Amino acid sequence: MHEMSLCEGIRRVVEQASAGDGIARVTAVRLEIGRFAGVEKEALRFAWEIVMRGSKAEGARLEMIDLPGRALCYDCMEHVEIAHRLDPCPRCGGGKLMPDGGDEMRIKDMEVI
Amino acid sequence: MCTVCGCGDGTVEGHAQAHGHDHGHAHGHGHHHHHHHPGDMHFGQGPAGVEVPGMSQERLIEIETGILSRNDGFAAANRARLAALGAFAVNLVSSPGSGKTTLLCATIRALGDAPLAVIEGDQQTSNDADRIRETGAPACQVNTGKGCHLDAHMVGHAMDHLDLGRDSTLFIENVGNLVCPAAFDLGEDAKVAILSVTEGEDKPLKYPDMFTAARIALLNKVDLAPHCDVDLDLYEANLRRVNPTIEVIRLSARTGEGLADWTAWLRAEAQAKRRARAAE
Repeated sequence: MHEMSLCEGIRRVVEQASAGDGIARVTAVRLEIGRFAGVEKEALRFAWEIVMRGSKAEGARLEMIDLPGRALCYDCMEHVEIAHRLDPCPRCGGGKLMPDGGDEMRIKDMEVI
Repeated sequence: MCTVCGCGDGTVEGHAQAHGHDHGHAHGHGHHHHHHHPGDMHFGQGPAGVEVPGMSQERLIEIETGILSRNDGFAAANRARLAALGAFAVNLVSSPGSGKTTLLCATIRALGDAPLAVIEGDQQTSNDADRIRETGAPACQVNTGKGCHLDAHMVGHAMDHLDLGRDSTLFIENVGNLVCPAAFDLGEDAKVAILSVTEGEDKPLKYPDMFTAARIALLNKVDLAPHCDVDLDLYEANLRRVNPTIEVIRLSARTGEGLADWTAWLRAEAQAKRRARAAE
């Protein structure tokens, strides 16, 4: 999608959260990425190393936690989990599903020294 | 993957470079709460309120901030500015070549003397803003440079250059791209996806995120349908497969067919917004 600019957003937040003398270095950052967030994880990892250079998070480990894709099925009106955007409803087999979760792009926490 | 696109290299017409204004925005900081009771063992009450195997709790800082939080902060500010004016804003998204600008020009003419303004997003050139200005409507061109989408910060600056009147309609024509603009809130009231009949019925299935994010889809160039062997009902079925609540209007910017339905939708939505605000 736009993994380079996402990484720049992460760098901004990480720099704010690690500002001050109390933190020498950020050693790991954990993200929560929903299955429907449209984030290409390999591209994010590639951009990560480049964007974090020169910051306290240079060389930091990047961990990504997958969050499930969720949707409301308009045939059975149940909230269900689906692996792929165009999967049918696992309960009724219906094909009209409106995503209502799984678009998360969150910085959860970070490990510092 | 478009890893070349980065924030901050966009330009707003009349400005040589994007500014590095430091706008305030909320961001989470680590919370430090210690609760110790003799004899009890509590995990998850350390500085981060969470126990993570392999991570030392004392050195874990909870952040819980959206990656796009900076954009979302600017979007909220844009939304507040629009609300204060009673203005209604639509974010027009589509592939390149779907006919967004032609449709916009036809829409402006159809709306007559209703107050409106246009923000045009493209990587390069002010061609689209020039076309809009020919209709007499005020327009501001935002060039995103290498960027593949408008962000809320760019739109806020563009709004500074447009003298938005009370109760006006703001049309934001996003960069032609069915991927990235889906994720970026600009402060608009609704995303409007434009899809032309020459693009193929399976477009919504190939790029579901954009059509899921849109409130309404305009199926444009229907005058060409007889020449393209396309099934308009299949377009609609595929749109509803990725977004069961999407509204669909079939129209042609060229012939004017369906245009009245679209302008009626705009008027009704803008009126509903003003009414809801007055009731607050």
